[in-house]
Amino acid sequence: MTRGVAIEHVSFSYGANLIIDDVSLDIAKGEFFAFLGPSGSGKTTLLRLIAGFGIPSSGRILINENDVTHLPPWSRNVGMVFQNYALWPHMTVAKNVAFGLERRRLPRAEIARKVAAVLELVGLAEFADRRPAQLSGGQQQRVALARTLVIEPTVLLLDEPLSNLDAKLRVEMRSELRQLQQAVGITTVYVTHDQEDANAVADRIAVLDRGRIQQVGTPVQLYDHPASRFVAGFLGTANMIDGQVQADGRFVADGFVVDSVGGTAGPAAISVRPQDITIGPAGTGIAATVTSREFLGSVTRYRIRLGSNDLTVDVPHRRDVVPFAIGDAVGVVIDPHQTALLR
Amino acid sequence: MSTTTVATGQAPRFSLAARYGASVPQVIAMVAVALFLLAFLVVPILRVIQVAFTHPDGGFTLVHFGDFFRTQLLREAFWNSIYVATMTVVVASLIAVPLATILSRFRFRGAALIHTLGVVPLVMPPFVGAVAMQLIYGRNGTINLLLMDWFGFRIPFMEGLNGVIFVEALHYFPFILLNLSASLANIDSAMEESAQNLGAHGFTLFSRIVFPLAMPGYIAGAALVFVKVFDDLATPLLLNVNTMLAPQAYLKITSVGITDPMGYVISVIMVLCSVGGLALSTLFLRGRDFSTQQRGGGGLSQRELRRGGRIAAIAFVIFAVALSLSPHIGIFLLSIGTVWSFAVLPDGYTFVHYETIYREAGPLISNTVLYCGLAGLIDVVLGATVAYIVLRTRLPGRRLVEQVAMSAVAIPGLVLGIGLLRTYHDVSLPISGESLATFWFMLVIAYAVRRLPYALSAATAALRQVHLSLEEAAESLGAGKFTTLRRVVVPLMTGGLLAGFVTSFATAAVELSATLMLVTRVGDAPLAYGIYVYMQSAAGRGPGAALGVIAVVVVAIATFISYRIAEHERSLKARVGAFS
Repeated sequence: MTRGVAIEHVSFSYGANLIIDDVSLDIAKGEFFAFLGPSGSGKTTLLRLIAGFGIPSSGRILINENDVTHLPPWSRNVGMVFQNYALWPHMTVAKNVAFGLERRRLPRAEIARKVAAVLELVGLAEFADRRPAQLSGGQQQRVALARTLVIEPTVLLLDEPLSNLDAKLRVEMRSELRQLQQAVGITTVYVTHDQEDANAVADRIAVLDRGRIQQVGTPVQLYDHPASRFVAGFLGTANMIDGQVQADGRFVADGFVVDSVGGTAGPAAISVRPQDITIGPAGTGIAATVTSREFLGSVTRYRIRLGSNDLTVDVPHRRDVVPFAIGDAVGVVIDPHQTALLR
Repeated sequence: MSTTTVATGQAPRFSLAARYGASVPQVIAMVAVALFLLAFLVVPILRVIQVAFTHPDGGFTLVHFGDFFRTQLLREAFWNSIYVATMTVVVASLIAVPLATILSRFRFRGAALIHTLGVVPLVMPPFVGAVAMQLIYGRNGTINLLLMDWFGFRIPFMEGLNGVIFVEALHYFPFILLNLSASLANIDSAMEESAQNLGAHGFTLFSRIVFPLAMPGYIAGAALVFVKVFDDLATPLLLNVNTMLAPQAYLKITSVGITDPMGYVISVIMVLCSVGGLALSTLFLRGRDFSTQQRGGGGLSQRELRRGGRIAAIAFVIFAVALSLSPHIGIFLLSIGTVWSFAVLPDGYTFVHYETIYREAGPLISNTVLYCGLAGLIDVVLGATVAYIVLRTRLPGRRLVEQVAMSAVAIPGLVLGIGLLRTYHDVSLPISGESLATFWFMLVIAYAVRRLPYALSAATAALRQVHLSLEEAAESLGAGKFTTLRRVVVPLMTGGLLAGFVTSFATAAVELSATLMLVTRVGDAPLAYGIYVYMQSAAGRGPGAALGVIAVVVVAIATFISYRIAEHERSLKARVGAFS
């Protein structure tokens, strides 16, 4: 893989706080990569380090194999879209977009042509003479994107770009973002705390927590094979069941056994998604009791008590199927193939 | 919401509540405020304008204006006033702009202290500082005596117009410092970072991004300085500079008499210049309130300075602080000095001036407390009323009342004084037969009108923080309009109103322009007038300085209190914000 961005053993502290703790990461050229994590996980700090806002206390950052660790932000040619867009209120849309090109001392005609082209690309050609305050949130977002793309940066950095938009616009914008990135073919790093956003747009995701990378993988890999409780819990809903792996590969929990989980013997936990547990009439599997029920539309979500474990189970909703009632005895089947073993 | 019934029992043609969201008491309150403004602001100013355009035999004429521009002295006064106001803005900017930039841009130990010191000049009325500055920077003052001894030359800091410019610039530069600092602090750090990200740094970053974004604050501060300087009567008088508009108007009215039209013509020209200055700045600021368009805030990213830069910055800060404190130090030395003339420092030190003040100045101080206290009270009541009517009702004309109240900012105190004098000169009080214009309460009214914009802004800000839902919650729990006002709105506004009161009080205590016009008996005079009278004679300078120190202490304490109240309010608001 050709590396677009390489982060090598980067640490960063702010005062006595270690914000980034020995992070190493390779991002392929042309890849759409997401940093996913809760607030305070260090994801934005890491993005800002790539942009040059802050110098790592140790480690190196390479862009297209050039060491940029000590370059100031204005010499890096990486484009960053800020969370609040940071459009300059005293300039028109066209002036905002032209700014980076003017810094690069392009001829005036060339600047005008490129500004027009990129505004066309983001569908704002007729808004060139407006002030940012006269635009909607989604339009401002597009201007910010155009302003960044027009300088043809080596890397596009997006800091929570959708967080200021309403739910419907978010979904629209993120598919637009993805299409735009594919069309331009630019290496992109996207910071978000929203797993749905990350899953929807990213080729690969790095999950961060407390300044460390927890796991790197494609959205499906992370969902199906979480490497830790944190990853399993952060990406979607997961039941975490503590128990023991036996020498024969069986997983023994309080009151029930899951066959052929595999792995080495010893204390462990399995994670299983709510839709991967089936419940049927009493006597069909492991005995359990329904403790609560919520109708969520596409699924009915049950809480069931199984030994000392409380599990969440989603049952797809079908018309005319009589749901289980609270207190009903049910039989539970857990498909070992759909479980992930956590240590 | 309760429906309104008209007290006379007639069926109301329409419901006030339904159409304007207002009740009868609110309408009465608004009418009362409007009448007050009409009587003591609009009519007096219109009267001034009318006299300026009236021919001796009664008809409309421009002949007085012709006379004005034909008179060499007045033309000179006009250009001098424009020159002094403009140059004051320039000199004040030379101090304030570097100071604001240094303080907001670079990490600095003691930055907060310097910010506080930067505001100190405002607590001393400029005419008080003027006397001290003569002694320090004058032809035979401390600095020039030293320069003469060491290098054999003098710098004419205080000669003629220079003196006025210097005194005013030292007094008013904090307006630019405060506004510019606020503007700089409001710049979202992402504004700067995104420019760096796109390749800008150094001077480009400053000239294309930081400077344009901070410009509104600078312009607002500069316009304020311009208007204030135009307005100031006492400083040129004390420095013996009479060829400016304000002293000319004052001298015409006091020496020739209130029937001489020239004083009114000068007044009209002063109002036009003042309004023009403010209008220009408003025009420039239109659509440039960037602070509301930036979401992040947090100010510029602060940087470490390199060694050379650090030394230069510290040297400048020390210079600026020393400069801005020098009038205070001077006035203090003068107040405890025996004789200070043709000398670097006073010859000896004594408390005799304070003893003199203790014997003589009692009425001055009690008058000040009485007048300014009453004026502050009137301002708070009027300010809160107008704020409430503007924000909570849809009564027609409410915006007009607000704008008229705010327009007092653009009216020089001298002009208001002349207007009140002219309008109420022939109205005599029922029992004593004294003229209403020279009755002491007219001073209270003049102060109240002059400071109403401050109190109104404070009240509006305070009421904005009281979310309508808090009132609706009280009403839904059964409280009537009045109970809601008393139990919910007023308590929540108390801090803001108190701050408005203190600001009105403190600034009225050092008001001299209108005071000089309206005081006729020393027994009715407030502190500022007393200082002015003392400072007229060489023997009175010591006691005058002692009074000045007292005024400074009073204003400083008041300013500190209002600052603490504002801080407390802000922390309360922040806590409430955390819940919402």
